Amino acid sequence: MSLHVNDLKVHYRTLRGDVHAIDGVTFSLEDGEIMGLVGESGCGKSTLGKSLIRLDSQMRHVGGTVELDGRGVPIADDDAMVPLRYHEVSLIPQYAMSALNPIRRIGRMIDELLRARGVRPADKADELRRRLELVGLEPDVLRRFPIELSGGMKQRVVMVLSTLLDPSLLIADEVTSALDVSTQRSVAESLVEFRDRGYVRSMVFVTHDVSLVYQIADTIMVMYAGHVAEKGPADSIVSEPRHPYTQMLLSALPEVGSTSGERLQGIPGTPPGLLDPPTGCRFRARCPMAFDKCAERPPLVETAPGHWSACWKTGGE
Amino acid sequence: MLELSHVHKVYRVGAFGGGRKRAVRDVGLTVRPGEVVSLIGESGSGKSTLGKMVLGLTRPTSGRITFEGTDISTIRGFRAEKEYHRRVQGVFQDPFSCFNPIFKAERVLTMIRTSYFPEVSDADWRDRVVSSLRTVRLDPDNVLDKYPHQLSGGQLQRLLIARALLLDIRMLVADEVISMLDASTRIDVLNLLADLKERGLGILFVTHDLSLGTYVSDTTVILHKGAVAEMGPTRKVFDDPRHPYSRRLLSCVPQLHRSWAEVDAELAAREPEPVRLPTLVEGEDSAPMVEVGEGHFVGADQG
Ligand SMILES: Nc1ncnc2c1ncn2[C@@H]1O[C@H](COP(=O)(O)OP(=O)(O)OP(=O)(O)O)[C@@H](O)[C@H]1O
Ligand SMILES: Nc1ncnc2c1ncn2[C@@H]1O[C@H](COP(=O)(O)OP(=O)(O)O)[C@@H](O)[C@H]1O
Ligand code: SF4
Ligand SMILES: [Mg+2]
Ligand SMILES: [Mg+2]
Repeated sequence: MSLHVNDLKVHYRTLRGDVHAIDGVTFSLEDGEIMGLVGESGCGKSTLGKSLIRLDSQMRHVGGTVELDGRGVPIADDDAMVPLRYHEVSLIPQYAMSALNPIRRIGRMIDELLRARGVRPADKADELRRRLELVGLEPDVLRRFPIELSGGMKQRVVMVLSTLLDPSLLIADEVTSALDVSTQRSVAESLVEFRDRGYVRSMVFVTHDVSLVYQIADTIMVMYAGHVAEKGPADSIVSEPRHPYTQMLLSALPEVGSTSGERLQGIPGTPPGLLDPPTGCRFRARCPMAFDKCAERPPLVETAPGHWSACWKTGGE
Repeated sequence: MLELSHVHKVYRVGAFGGGRKRAVRDVGLTVRPGEVVSLIGESGSGKSTLGKMVLGLTRPTSGRITFEGTDISTIRGFRAEKEYHRRVQGVFQDPFSCFNPIFKAERVLTMIRTSYFPEVSDADWRDRVVSSLRTVRLDPDNVLDKYPHQLSGGQLQRLLIARALLLDIRMLVADEVISMLDASTRIDVLNLLADLKERGLGILFVTHDLSLGTYVSDTTVILHKGAVAEMGPTRKVFDDPRHPYSRRLLSCVPQLHRSWAEVDAELAAREPEPVRLPTLVEGEDSAPMVEVGEGHFVGADQG
């Protein structure tokens, strides 16, 4: 029973009104679970990740609760969140590797970070080396500067750094998206290894790439415009998707290397703006199955053990 | 329209530029009007360096790049360069580094107008902006008055593409432009590239998405350590990769319904027809190629 997120609402305050980026999101993660989080650009994946660790000045916790290992996570209280960061919850942000301070040696950066978390770097030195080795990095990287490392190396440094204190939950936001396929594979496999060795208890792996998530995740959650469309075991999401959005998302994917000359069918239309989102099912304007009832928001219901879907047509009986 | 022949790039690195880093080695390739050439390879293989040389952002150490018959190293001076960039544009990876964080999206696009289209009327410009944003599926009302940090990664990347579309270009260098996009947006961008291609644009498409990215591409070039490992019609390279490096790379592409372990097993079970790969000559910097099928070439094995 590691993470419970219940009806979470987090909005961005802007001059033109609230952006409803997370608008009633509910899901749970079990111990050891790697959940892939997928969905179209702008649907709120990164916002969900950030919400679980640090709300920036424009973000506002509008409602809902987060519980980790049986304790409430005070996401709106920045001070109360401090002791949890890195110790309980860690986030590898999107573009983390470009965010490393280019002129600070890796080793020094890690030491500073540990001290800031009240941990003596010397106590972690051996473990640090062990884990660098595990992801295929020489201890020598500690003496190097981020600009001297390749994207894949930086990403591995960030991974080791974020999990050094064995957090219960790791949120990895698009950590492999900027990597070439072979580096992507080894980074993704290292993340699984981290879970297997208990460096992290559970993980949210944010990506736009369903095929990648299929390789490493136990479950997949599909978001659409600030809502959860569907969550279930990776296999059933991929082979028997229930939600029309998931179905369309998957059928849009061509085979590897296919150059049939035919145009790929994306999903026609665009997701609704989140500044003033429509009521009811947010997929309604693009959904070929939409009917009257869809003007009301469909509840997220469990249609098979561990498989949840929010759709009037395919979710219920 | 674009031709590279025996292009090399060696960077000076380290203190006082004393060290040397070979980034591109003896690359030759052509992009014809209406052709998409994808450049594939792991990080550091020289893809971006090639793209930058084509855009004139850095000069080859040796070799020739010609665009529509002109050797681009002869393009000098502000006006000539500006004219070149009216026709050849690049869109880069890492959208955050491409935007000035204190400029709103609107301003970023207006800069194009100031330098290239000062004669265009306000209303006409507005229409062009709206249509280029719509082409990349961005909602103008939603993005124009936002700062870079207020947009999601994918939204920024599309904004960059929209910016390039405002110019009437003939050749596009797209450097990992889809890496942060979800599949559906990715498909939109790919279809967009297909449209551009139909309009006769030549596209040099740097990507590491080997499942979706290559679907628009006519020719695939696999780079390894700066040199071409394999190159040929995309279909051939994917169905029958002849270079051991290409096979390794292709086996890492995540596939739906097939796990990496399954793909590994298949690969091990199916040994391809052996090819004799060319070898690199000690002390020389050329990278010879061998033709293994029509228009299908393999280069040396660099481990
Ligand atoms: N600081 C901000 N102020 C206002 N709106 C914001 C801000 N940050 C994000 N948004 C908006 O919130 C929505 C969700 O953004 P988020 O970054 O969570 O998307 P995402 O699903 O991670 O997308 P991507 O796949 O492109 O990274 C988007 O519509 C985005 O424009
Ligand atoms: N400005 C530069 N100075 C020195 N070395 C560079 C520079 N740009 C790239 N390199 C080096 O050249 C090689 C190729 O880099 P790049 O073209 O960026 O590869 P890719 O885009 O395929 O990842 C790498 O080893 C990289 O570190
Ligand atoms: S609730 Fe209605 S609109 Fe929404 S996905 Fe289901 S059928 Fe489509
Ligand atoms: Mg994101
Ligand atoms: Mg690059």
